[in-house]
Amino acid sequence: MLEIKNLSVEVKGKPILDGLNLAVKTGEVAAIMGPNGSGKSTLSYVVAGKPDYEVTAGEVLLDGENLLALEPEARAARGVFLAFQYPTEIPGVATMTFLKAALNAQRRAQGQADLTTPDFMRAARGAAQSLKIDFDMLKRPLNVGFSGGEKKRMEILQMALLAPRLCVLDETDSGLDIDALRIVADGVNALRDPQRSFLVITHYQRLLEYVRPDVVHVMARGRIVKSGGPELALELERNGYRDYTSEAA
Amino acid sequence: MAAVQETVDRVRSIEVDAYKYGFVTDIESEKAPKGLSEDTVRFISAKKGEPQWLLDWRLDAYRRWLTMETPRWARVDYPEIDFQDLYYFSAPRSSPAPKSLDEVDPELLRTYAKLGIPLVEQRILAGVERSTVAVDAVFDSVSVATTFKAELAKAGVIFSSFSEAARDHGELVRQHLGSVVPPTDNFYATLNSAVFSDGSFVYVPPGVRCPMELSTYFRINERNTGQFERTLIVADKGAYVSYLEGCTAPRRDENQLHAAVVELVAHEDAEIKYSTVQNWYPGDAQGKGGIYNFVTKRGDCRGARAKISWTQVETGSAITWKYPSCILRGDSSRGEFYSIAISNGRQQVDSGTKMIHLGKNTTSRIISKGIAAGRSQNTYRGQVSAHRLATGARNFTNCDSLLIGDACGAHTVPYIEAKNSSAVFEHEATTSKISEDQLFYCLQRGLSGEEATALIVNGFVRDVLQHLPMEFAVEAQKLIAISLEGSVG
Repeated sequence: MLEIKNLSVEVKGKPILDGLNLAVKTGEVAAIMGPNGSGKSTLSYVVAGKPDYEVTAGEVLLDGENLLALEPEARAARGVFLAFQYPTEIPGVATMTFLKAALNAQRRAQGQADLTTPDFMRAARGAAQSLKIDFDMLKRPLNVGFSGGEKKRMEILQMALLAPRLCVLDETDSGLDIDALRIVADGVNALRDPQRSFLVITHYQRLLEYVRPDVVHVMARGRIVKSGGPELALELERNGYRDYTSEAA
Repeated sequence: MAAVQETVDRVRSIEVDAYKYGFVTDIESEKAPKGLSEDTVRFISAKKGEPQWLLDWRLDAYRRWLTMETPRWARVDYPEIDFQDLYYFSAPRSSPAPKSLDEVDPELLRTYAKLGIPLVEQRILAGVERSTVAVDAVFDSVSVATTFKAELAKAGVIFSSFSEAARDHGELVRQHLGSVVPPTDNFYATLNSAVFSDGSFVYVPPGVRCPMELSTYFRINERNTGQFERTLIVADKGAYVSYLEGCTAPRRDENQLHAAVVELVAHEDAEIKYSTVQNWYPGDAQGKGGIYNFVTKRGDCRGARAKISWTQVETGSAITWKYPSCILRGDSSRGEFYSIAISNGRQQVDSGTKMIHLGKNTTSRIISKGIAAGRSQNTYRGQVSAHRLATGARNFTNCDSLLIGDACGAHTVPYIEAKNSSAVFEHEATTSKISEDQLFYCLQRGLSGEEATALIVNGFVRDVLQHLPMEFAVEAQKLIAISLEGSVG
């Protein structure tokens, strides 16, 4: 589904990604692990199309289509979803209003009619229930005054509602206590589907105990340096990232 | 105006902008000769068949105006206005004033239909539709139609054009005219007092709750014509009225002057709610053309427990200079000001309010949301004062500015003055920017840049929008989205 070939990216002239290659198959859950500063978040932003990330070489293809040529909102309409590490607050905009606007914008881009308010409410209520989110929280301004756990749960709720094809989770486990982590992981697992792929970016192995990946990639110095099965995550947990960072080249 | 030639001569390359009310109605008009003199004042007064006292009142104002100078303290910049290069009166040729809607020139009715203003009351009276709004439509210098007058008269409410009121309800007008904004008040108010053309007059008798929303719709059509309307609203003891004004103008290359005066009088226990959706032509992206909006609006809470509330959504005009104010004279009276001022392109806004606490236990509340985009400058200027006898005066002010892009400016200039030690004044102010992170977050969820901006801005102004009458809140929300089109790169 996702194919990244020889991708190099700079931010303000500083190289972050350096000839990165990665393929994620349809229906696959791929974990990306790596030390701080290895470029994990940059990878997620480039896939989603954040401005200020300059691609100096390489390609990013979604089902063969060149994602880099598309605006962020067009990528979203193609089914790319990014669960942010630090979800942004939008004061005065009720979460519900935001969700409905986003959902309908995507539906329009896909040539579908807007969802009626009752249909939307039903969908939102269902998603909130499964993530143990109090429905009243959707009436509050988006992410304003939410705890870290609430913000992350809200990201997963959006993911459930928007039903993307490629879900990128950027350190969704950071700042979560064990209960919140379980809820988030259950939410992700419920969305696993043969037609949907996941790119789970994380620093720790902990999340992967709950969301079991099909493959694990290790990222260091802006590229994938090792790939393997779930056992690779455990090995990293034991040995740390030493082997990948200390390379004094 | 000197400004006229200057702007015409400026760069000719105009890009088509988003202003959708920029059309001109092709209608024959009757104008006063160009320029301003005592004769102009007499001409206008005679055209309207005014009583002698009103002509004298105008002439006094005119003589006073000759001695005055243009105010220069506002943070706005524009070329000198040549007051002799303007027409002060323009009326559609079909006058004298039509007696009923059937006599109104169909071209005018079409104009208002195009603007989305319902002037046709027959269908509604026949029970086909239900309306809760009565409209007075002012086209250039005259009122062309007032709907639902008969309905309102049943409740004892007078709602008519100012000219009509000066003839038919002379005493009421004479008693209140200039009692809130005296003819000597300021340069533009004095000019207005001399040459005001038309506007609305409302009187709600004691204890009456006006059965529908009242609305005046102002349209400037004629070239080089100043619009000087005058609105006077009187709510007698215990009365209630909600009033809304809307304004548009054709798109023209030269600047046009609009200098209105609005006076509100709320007697004991009365309440006036005054809402404005101001959408005068703002000029194009290069700052060419647009309305100069120099307006004096003031309400007097004359009796105890009177309440006046101003709500405004300001999106238009090249230059806005207006400070809807409340004089809190009656004990326990209350003033409110809710404002959304949006500037884009080269627009300049210097706007705010004054809350003058004179009576005991008077309270006021100011919520101002300024949004600056493009290369515009947006200033909030407000005064809150408590006089010596205003024991227990309270004010709460919250004034937020939102910047879109990095070529615009937002400024806050509050004046706070308390001469009574028991006064409690609170002032909160914030300035923020729509952040790249907020925008990207929205884009990532599939919203376009413009949808995202509109959503964030609507969140920002929500506290104010909810004070608008329902029908207009929706309109205002759309207007906000339109005025910010093209503001994200």
